[in-house]
Amino acid sequence: MTLIEGHKPITPADGIPVWDVDPYDEAILANPDAYYAKLRELGPVVYIPRYSILAVGQYASAHKLFTNHENFISSRGVGLNDFALEEPWRPPSIILEVDPPDHTRTRRIMAKALSPKVVKSLADMFRAEAEIIVDDLLRESSFEAVTGLAERFPVTVFPKAVGMRDVHHRHLVDYGSCVFNAMGPDNALRRQALERNAIIGPWIMAACARDRLTDDGLGAMIYAEADAGTITEAEAAMLVRSFLSAGVDTTVTGIGNALWCLANNPAEWDRLRADITLARPAIEETLRFTSPVHTFGRTAARDTEIAGYPVEEGSKIICVLGAANSDPEKWGDPGTFRIDRRPLGHMAFGAGIHGCVGQNIARGEIEAILSVMAERVARIEPAGDAVWRPNNAIHALDQLPLKFIPN
Amino acid sequence: MVKVTYIAHDGTETTLDGAEGDSVMATAISAGLDGIVGECGGSMMCATCHCYVDDAWSDRTGPRKDGEDDMLDCAADDVKDTSRLSCQIKLTAELDGLVVHLPSSQL
Ligand code: HEM
Ligand code: FES
Repeated sequence: MTLIEGHKPITPADGIPVWDVDPYDEAILANPDAYYAKLRELGPVVYIPRYSILAVGQYASAHKLFTNHENFISSRGVGLNDFALEEPWRPPSIILEVDPPDHTRTRRIMAKALSPKVVKSLADMFRAEAEIIVDDLLRESSFEAVTGLAERFPVTVFPKAVGMRDVHHRHLVDYGSCVFNAMGPDNALRRQALERNAIIGPWIMAACARDRLTDDGLGAMIYAEADAGTITEAEAAMLVRSFLSAGVDTTVTGIGNALWCLANNPAEWDRLRADITLARPAIEETLRFTSPVHTFGRTAARDTEIAGYPVEEGSKIICVLGAANSDPEKWGDPGTFRIDRRPLGHMAFGAGIHGCVGQNIARGEIEAILSVMAERVARIEPAGDAVWRPNNAIHALDQLPLKFIPN
Repeated sequence: MVKVTYIAHDGTETTLDGAEGDSVMATAISAGLDGIVGECGGSMMCATCHCYVDDAWSDRTGPRKDGEDDMLDCAADDVKDTSRLSCQIKLTAELDGLVVHLPSSQL
């Protein structure tokens, strides 16, 4: 059998609409709204011949796909490669790319280390760092917000939270972006990511070793599980690696996207300043509105169905979170950014058993930034054009020139 | 349809029709019921969907799921033997008439 993108080619069932689109075209990745709309309009599930994959974009079918982990599994990879048929590009994650019962064991350990209680204990540190950065930026006439704020904050606080002794800002941000690009097809973005990873990957693995971590951070909590015998020391290193793959570039993107939303919707910024209890809902709305992780996939574990259409075993199905989060059937007026929408059930953190285990810390980081800004920044003004950076799984800004007008 | 009655901390009772397969949390959220927040959408990451299963029903709702104890530990209100994360209770025909009590706060 000749594989396509490392998975089995499929014949779509009768009635599944066929759309010859490249979802990983850089122009679409940079500006995906029209692609999301057409994907939803075509139906609950669509066949994309170029990669021989199925794609779901309607909220209802996307949510069903992600909450049915028995038929739609993660252990064969959440990108386009089928790990059952082709060697994965890196040793698979032992939380993201596994199914129950393996998943249940590691998930529990990670969920404990990233629980609401633990994140509460980090809040003061997050706030103190946010104050320093925001005060610095208030002194600038204008600044580049991707590097100056969206990246600077997580690379300052996250390694502290994890307890890393080695910190390399660029590697930390780029590792996530490589991992996410690797989930796409064999395009230029993926090839560059794999090349970059040859340099960054070994640095990351070395930084996850027990002796490179302090004994009071999240990393130490994971290694304590190895001492308790619930996981091996090698597994502990792999879970710490998951912090670094999934925990930096994602929050960088969340913060950048929040700034973009608030700079472009000054009336919403005014509302937030007037009522700081809107910070949490504003975060949820930012995540819904911009879907920092735009696409993740699954593999059909057996012959099954989506919305009544037969789906054959081994099919790769991409779940287009960005399309689900902008589905008018679900949200009414998805194109409007309203910080008090309270979009419960949005899919920016996924859904079901793999739903983001780092969501509490992500919210905690973004909340620290927004709260400090709400106290000190009267207006957020664009100081040039925002530019999006194409990535096979992440919808992030490349440039965001801004100006903070002090109170 | 599966009927679920939610009894708020102040005693107010609300009975909702849920669909089989939906969770006690999702049923409350879809109806806009106060008293269950469900911030994480049911991924067992937030403990803002805490409820106390009525004594008459705790056998039928079954034991806590793997990892549920750890997350309940983060609940805002007291955790009792009958405490559950309502996102982990899936409605079945057997649960028709289920009664759950809500805590004084979720955040
Ligand atoms: C705004 C920031 C973030 C976004 C948008 C985000 C998004 C997501 C999504 C969509 C998934 C589901 C993947 C799937 O179902 O296949 C996920 C899972 C995951 N996330 Fe996040 N994430 C964010 C922040 C974080 C942080 C800060 C961490 C670590 C501290 C983290 C660690 C993880 C891990 C380990 C998983 C795998 C969970 C599992 O498979 O059980 N994420 N994330
Ligand atoms: S909804 Fe978050 S734990 Fe139940």
